[in-house]
Amino acid sequence: MTTDISPAAPSATPPPSAEAQPDKEPNLLQEILSGSWLVSVLAIVVALLVGGVLIAVSNAEVVEAAMNIFAAPGVFFSTLFSTVGDAYSALFRGAIFDWDARTTERAIRPLTESLVSGTPLILTGLGIALAFRSGLFNIGGQGQVILGATIAGYLGYALHLPPVVHMLIAAIGGMIGGAIWAGIAGVLKARTGANEVIVTIMLNSIAGYLLGYLLKQSWFTHTDSANPQSRTLDDSSQMFLLLPPPFRLHFGFIIAILATIFVWWLLERSTIGFEFKAVGANPHAARTAGISVSKVTILVMIVAGALAGLGGAAQVLGTEFKLTGGISGSIGFDAITVALLGRSKPLGTFLAGLLFGAFKAGGYLMQSQTGTPIDIVLVVQSVIVLLIAAPPLVRSIFRLPTPVLKRKEA
Amino acid sequence: MSDHPVVSQFRRRTLRPIDASAGREQLEKRVNVKKLVSAVSIVAASALVLSACGSGEGSDSADDYLGCLVSDAGGWDDQSFNQSSKDGLDAAKDNLGIQTSEVESTSDADYQPNVDTMVQQGCNMTIGVGFKLEDNIQEAAEANTDLNFALIDSTFSDADGKPVTLDNAKPLVFNTAEAAYLAGYVAAATSESGKVGTFGGIQIPSVTIFMDGFADGVKKFNEENKKNVKLLGWNKEKQDGSFSGDFDNQSQGQELTKQLISQGADIIMPVAGPVGLGAASAAKDAKDVKIIWVDSDGYKSTEYGDIILTSVVKQIANAVEDTIAEDKDGKFSSEPYVGTLENEGVGLAPFHDFDDKVPEDVKKKVEELKKQIIDGSLTVESESTPK
Repeated sequence: MTTDISPAAPSATPPPSAEAQPDKEPNLLQEILSGSWLVSVLAIVVALLVGGVLIAVSNAEVVEAAMNIFAAPGVFFSTLFSTVGDAYSALFRGAIFDWDARTTERAIRPLTESLVSGTPLILTGLGIALAFRSGLFNIGGQGQVILGATIAGYLGYALHLPPVVHMLIAAIGGMIGGAIWAGIAGVLKARTGANEVIVTIMLNSIAGYLLGYLLKQSWFTHTDSANPQSRTLDDSSQMFLLLPPPFRLHFGFIIAILATIFVWWLLERSTIGFEFKAVGANPHAARTAGISVSKVTILVMIVAGALAGLGGAAQVLGTEFKLTGGISGSIGFDAITVALLGRSKPLGTFLAGLLFGAFKAGGYLMQSQTGTPIDIVLVVQSVIVLLIAAPPLVRSIFRLPTPVLKRKEA
Repeated sequence: MSDHPVVSQFRRRTLRPIDASAGREQLEKRVNVKKLVSAVSIVAASALVLSACGSGEGSDSADDYLGCLVSDAGGWDDQSFNQSSKDGLDAAKDNLGIQTSEVESTSDADYQPNVDTMVQQGCNMTIGVGFKLEDNIQEAAEANTDLNFALIDSTFSDADGKPVTLDNAKPLVFNTAEAAYLAGYVAAATSESGKVGTFGGIQIPSVTIFMDGFADGVKKFNEENKKNVKLLGWNKEKQDGSFSGDFDNQSQGQELTKQLISQGADIIMPVAGPVGLGAASAAKDAKDVKIIWVDSDGYKSTEYGDIILTSVVKQIANAVEDTIAEDKDGKFSSEPYVGTLENEGVGLAPFHDFDDKVPEDVKKKVEELKKQIIDGSLTVESESTPK
């Protein structure tokens, strides 16, 4: 029954072993050709080329060399290649492995930084993806992240508990915060039919200004600082590091992995998850089949909100250690892209979150070492996402020139 | 390469004779394989090109002084402190012949990684713009005692908000209340409606200090001239007033300004970076409403020079350049730099187009007040004054 709803789910009955071998090959081949990984790789290649043009155009040296292209074409091309190459190598060194680093720790640190940046995106993205699968457009990731971070952060400095226990309580507080915030939208949708897109967007604004208000109240911030920010969290509430400093990889990443497995289990193996997907596929049919659509709506939003709230908690307990007005950054919105890019599948969302995290981590070095403006860094990254999200475009780009085919046919 | 399982699988697939029953479907698959091969070769070629150019590497000689700057989420084009700081760094680059590096943050989560990249680059001096970078600069300064740091618009404090001093980190703060005081006096003296207005971006000390000074200047004028010029948008005693909520939304600034104008204000001081541009456009639409710009001389930095009465200038660029120059000469001190009227770190810009509309006695009075503030006989107090 699962496969009816989700065509990508693995087939439950394996074919007879005699026919398995010949059948498997075309399937695998087909999967590679039509599947997303090749398209994704090609998308990245196209995007890197497009991005290279943008980097070159925005670079004063390249533009200057282009002015003298007829006088010294060699200079132009060498400047062009070195500029674009430097920018991309900085992106790679910032995101995966830095071969220029002074120490070995520093050389491998970029990869962990990508995981750190990806952690809140994965958690929030899972929340968004879960709602998408159930036919709900949860645009409220931002508000749920803010509420999650607010409550987790507050518990982090207002309570004084032993390590680990404190962290867990703060994280659970964050989940509850996100769950309540999304739950409001779920209840309004289920009881009154209020459009969840509008409600969640409005709840984003409310959460943002609510946090802004709270940060001005000294009973909330627990500090005399006149700036709108909270006290620093107790050490006991901070997510413990998985590796010693200077690494920042924290327990939140493990939570993200567990959450991914949980969402997979929920959607693919549990009864309630089946109901989620049934409502997502066709609410009328689900109602006819005896599923309470309103109950499912509320429940989906609560679980989605809890995941997003956990994303906010991971941010404040794992890397920021204090509440500020901009604690959520653009996590809630990036997470929507992450979920869509991951085709709303748990593993896909996880990988898309990592990709976004890598871009984020790589962007810092790309900007500081090559002087590429952050706007161009973000444009290049957006182009990559755009192309990954549009497989037919990439396929048509690579289908047109077929010199290999012609030669072989002749 | 040919040993790779995926590749050998394709090969087997392509060599297999086409079986009649499979027909077109099989043929399609063969075609697809070829497309795959061509696609793979393109990927490989581009990867080669990319990796070839990736081997290039920026050269940096060790004895070069490197000055670095990290923005807050406002970005370099904020028409406010980020922009001024960047101007200072650029000036240092031109005048001192140093190497520079700057990164723009787009969210609060960027501060730590951005400051960290600067440290990793070995920046001799890393300057953070704004109170939001306080913790990250402090943390980096404590971990890297061989490098120097500076922080604009905020001092350092511990978890309880108590001030702390660090040996290798210098706060660059500005007592803008002094200059805003003069602006408040001029505004009250030249207002025709008897009402002046102000609003801020976010209620933080570096913003409210302008509003406090402005309020006191208006008060001073009222006391001296037995007038009752009203200030809209800020109550110094209650520390409460109008704020647009951020430093981005210009239409919000426009709305707030329209409200202030409808309440009768004819001189408005927006303390909100680029949001002030919205205020200026609203003022331009209304008749006879003037703007007092902040941070830079708005007559020069904006296109609204014809309605800008004066500006409360904060010389961040000079402070940044001077701090780098001192550090480069080995004269770094962690003593806070406080911009005042006395050291010209803050000041009132010329009246430009309004020069002949501001009465001579007002100009004289402003000069007199300025002298009194400098010699200490008049102190401008604000809760937000840097300590």
